[in-house]
Amino acid sequence: MTVTTDLVSYEDALASYDPVMGLEVHVELGTKTKMFCGCSTALGAEPNTQTCPTCLGMPGSLPVMNRTGVESAIKIGLALNCEIAEWCRFARKNYFYPDMPKNFQTSQYDEPIAFNGYLDVQLEDGEVFRVEIERAHMEEDTGKSTHVGGATGRIHGASHSLLDYNRAGIPLIEIVTKPIVGAGERAPEVAKAYVAELRELIKALGVSEARMEMGQMRCDVNLSLRPNGTEKFGTRSETKNVNSLRSVERAARFEIQRHAAVLSSGETIVQETRHFHEDTGSTTSGRVKEEAEDYRYFPEPDLVPVAPAREWVEELRAGLPELPRVRRNRLREEWGISAHDMQSILNAGAIGAIAATIDAGADSTAARKWWMGELARHANESGRAIDELPITPEQVARVAALVSAGDLNDKLARQVIVGVLAGEGTPDEVVEKRGLKVVSDEGALTTAVEEAIAGNPAIADKIRGGKVAAAGALVGAVMKATRGQADAARVKELILEKLGVEG
Amino acid sequence: MTDNSNVNIIRLTAAEIAQKIAAGELTAVEVTEAHLARIGAVDEKVHAFLHVDREGALAQARAVDEKRAKGEKLGPLAGVPLALKDIFTTEGIPTTVGSKILEGWIPPYDATLTKKLKAADVVILGKTNMDEFAMGSSTENSAYGPTGNPWDLTRIPGGSGGGSSAALASFQAPLAIGTDTGGSIRQPAAVTGTVGVKPTYGGVSRFGMVAFSSSLDQGGPCARTVLDAALLHETIAGHDPLDSTSIDAPVPPVVDAARNGSVAGMRVGVVKQFRGEGYQAGVVQRFDEAVALLKELGAEIVELDCPSFDLALSAYYLIAPSECSSNLARFDAMRYGLRVGDDGTHSAEDVTALTRAEGFGDEVKRRIMLGTYALSSGYYDAYYGSAQKVRTLITKDFEKSFEKVDVIVSPTTPTTAFPIGERADDPMAMYLADLCTIPTNLAGNAAMSLPCGLAPEDNLPVGLQIIAPAMKDDRLYKVGAAVEAAFVEKWGHPLIEEAPSL
Amino acid sequence: MPGITREEVAHLARLARLELRDEELDHFAGQLDDIIGAVARVSEVADQDVPPTSHPLPLTNVMRADEVRPSLTPEQALSGAPAQEQQRFKVPQILGED
Ligand SMILES: [Mg+2]
Ligand SMILES: [Zn+2]
Repeated sequence: MTVTTDLVSYEDALASYDPVMGLEVHVELGTKTKMFCGCSTALGAEPNTQTCPTCLGMPGSLPVMNRTGVESAIKIGLALNCEIAEWCRFARKNYFYPDMPKNFQTSQYDEPIAFNGYLDVQLEDGEVFRVEIERAHMEEDTGKSTHVGGATGRIHGASHSLLDYNRAGIPLIEIVTKPIVGAGERAPEVAKAYVAELRELIKALGVSEARMEMGQMRCDVNLSLRPNGTEKFGTRSETKNVNSLRSVERAARFEIQRHAAVLSSGETIVQETRHFHEDTGSTTSGRVKEEAEDYRYFPEPDLVPVAPAREWVEELRAGLPELPRVRRNRLREEWGISAHDMQSILNAGAIGAIAATIDAGADSTAARKWWMGELARHANESGRAIDELPITPEQVARVAALVSAGDLNDKLARQVIVGVLAGEGTPDEVVEKRGLKVVSDEGALTTAVEEAIAGNPAIADKIRGGKVAAAGALVGAVMKATRGQADAARVKELILEKLGVEG
Repeated sequence: MTDNSNVNIIRLTAAEIAQKIAAGELTAVEVTEAHLARIGAVDEKVHAFLHVDREGALAQARAVDEKRAKGEKLGPLAGVPLALKDIFTTEGIPTTVGSKILEGWIPPYDATLTKKLKAADVVILGKTNMDEFAMGSSTENSAYGPTGNPWDLTRIPGGSGGGSSAALASFQAPLAIGTDTGGSIRQPAAVTGTVGVKPTYGGVSRFGMVAFSSSLDQGGPCARTVLDAALLHETIAGHDPLDSTSIDAPVPPVVDAARNGSVAGMRVGVVKQFRGEGYQAGVVQRFDEAVALLKELGAEIVELDCPSFDLALSAYYLIAPSECSSNLARFDAMRYGLRVGDDGTHSAEDVTALTRAEGFGDEVKRRIMLGTYALSSGYYDAYYGSAQKVRTLITKDFEKSFEKVDVIVSPTTPTTAFPIGERADDPMAMYLADLCTIPTNLAGNAAMSLPCGLAPEDNLPVGLQIIAPAMKDDRLYKVGAAVEAAFVEKWGHPLIEEAPSL
Repeated sequence: MPGITREEVAHLARLARLELRDEELDHFAGQLDDIIGAVARVSEVADQDVPPTSHPLPLTNVMRADEVRPSLTPEQALSGAPAQEQQRFKVPQILGED
């Protein structure tokens, strides 16, 4: 499908228009069971093995609320500085769709469990932007459909669809911002930073792993433009189910450019849903809302109201973990690094891993070096989140310990890490199996140094003449001769010693 | 035992059957066979059952007899046959809710009520006919044809639970289960001369009961005597963690109350709004006689004014259709039940619409559209929202009344059983049958209907309704047992004995 | 109260996924109009300051522990399916969002 969309440049768009955003984020909770029945939520099960009369919408079945689901919703609300409802209900949102077994979604409507909050997000340059939260409410996920017979599993042109209801009924929390105004050209960056911060917060609360690539967290980006200096919001588009941080930013940016092109050509924006395409970074038109959807909401009669006792709410508040931004600031000070470096660590998703590595005994420089260097590269190459690599912070700390004890040099340490990631065992086992000890036998080293000097008389003369920097070439020759298993610092010392030069 | 003719067995009460089985005077298999034989003999005429589970019933009966032989303790209804309204799921046994859309559906699970009956060793004979999705007052809305009233087979047995009431009145079962959303237990009981109780909302689990209107639906016992109803009530009631609206409190002492009937010193309310236009003369006459009888038995009669009751029918016909429009959305031809038009040319959306058009009857379609309308944006406040306010007002009228009285009495229905077909395409006329029963559903309290005589003009049964506050279900039985005993003494026999033998 | 038109009934039927024939629409339009005319009385209380009752019992906070209960087997789950394939419910092509 090639759709060419007129765009104006980002700078031109911002020269004339002011973007207004609304972000709706759905988070799948990590409860053991579904929101309204006792079916397991474990990932990877065979189709339709985690279903029961309730989540299949069978005649006669009834829902019962999952206490942990409600508790998680309250925790999220509290962490987002929301008020927690004294009394609220579920409602039924009525519309037909085959992935929704009852043909209504059990969701909260005008009585969300949490409302009126905010989340402060830090932009790359350290500026803090406050995103106001309208509400956070509880609802349930749908089943999963596979479209058969069309091109690449798309619904378009499919002959039929297959439905697996394992996911139907998994608890979702929908978090809706108030209109985000005043971000100007930084709107896409704010969108990304908000979703990133929200994700950190959800993970810190322990209520979900919030893995966007797995669909555990998805973002709808609502965007509109208004001419600079005006108050009234423009018509918005809703870009649905954007599922990575980078895509959130790109989708917002694309829509700003697209809206500006439409508006400046004198046309009007159609209120519609749009789909973001990872490959092209563009959005395409989805469903046009000809008439406002009539969901015929009404209070869910099969559930009773939720009236969280204030003591319970306060107990949950007291039990909240240190929130990510507070924790980041604390760690940044402890590690003595710049805001920019901390931002990079955050972007890499490595804060937890580094902190755990330090807790396991590594010094902060070494912990940061390994996670942000070698391990970040591996994560990138294997397309995995950094904290999902098959190596533990304890193992990284052990590698760092071997290096500082002089048992490994950096090059060997990298090989140890590769071995651990490849499943060859613990760092010590990899050292053992691969024979990766630093050559510390002074006799062997001395011989290698002497051979290097003898083989490179011109360089040796330069060093003798005071060009100490030239020693690097001889160190390289020695490292090559020892297949990297020498301690480079010690090699350099020996070379200078032999040539009678002060280091 | 020489006189164990089937005729004698089927005319026993549930309490008597259980007692005789426990005492070894009858076996559960004998009892079950007698009822199966009766079904075989008369149900072609009555059409109370949609499905008879001969093998399952006999197996359950044999298990009861084996238990007894081993000396195990039997429950108070062990071995007693029961007719189950086809609205409760039964694992492995078809459940249709009287609708074509579920024709042939075999549920993979038992309703909580079904489980409780099985655990109590009650013998489930089969599933009874009903108005489709319990929407109706005559059982004419069943997709599987109407049921006849055993008193006059050309007349309706009430609805929606007409199969259950007819099974009792034709001696095909001594016990039955009904569900009451707007009167579907009490109204059939009234027009068939039997006893039916709508427990307090939340008293009996709704898990596995196919929903019509969730905030009104309530399962309950049907029987030929007050004591039998109490024994069944106690068996099926109680907290169920699978139903969020289930009451987590002890079941009121209904059996005890039924064994100790009395109205002496009780204050009994008579509501002004439950008479007037539309009430048949013979119904009013028998009701007035029942009130006089209560007075004779030592009750104090108190006049009550409940102005909001005049709006009850209207509120009901907004709330029930609204909830049903949502509850029945799941019948979409995707996961179970009927599928029409899946020929490769129709989308899922089309197939859903075609299937629902073919699978649902007219009354169901009417109510779905009515509910869809009442919930639509723009109409919600005027209709659904107002109906919920009426509900509050009705509850308040009841509360005020129950400050002055212990129970309220009224006719159960404004008329006796009407002829099949008479109101079939006049929904408003049909809806009037539930005039007196609906306020209780809206308020969620408890009510019973029991026979109070035959209307002189047509010789058909008239029902007396007794209403008690929520959670005071035992009062129904205390009053009901006293009234029943007094009438039996007056008539010389239970009213049901006057029913034709078929 | 305004009456209900045939077009409105057609709209309701679409919302409720009921494929009705023309004569059915006419028939239902008349009946629904009658019923709505009769039940519209409830709006007499629309401006009264009365809280709405959505639940007959004043229960709150009925919740269950987050503990796994046995699910159905896939055979049971699919036992009523009009069509199935690969242990999934097979349904006709779904229109709507792409
Ligand atoms: Mg939502
Ligand atoms: Zn389930």
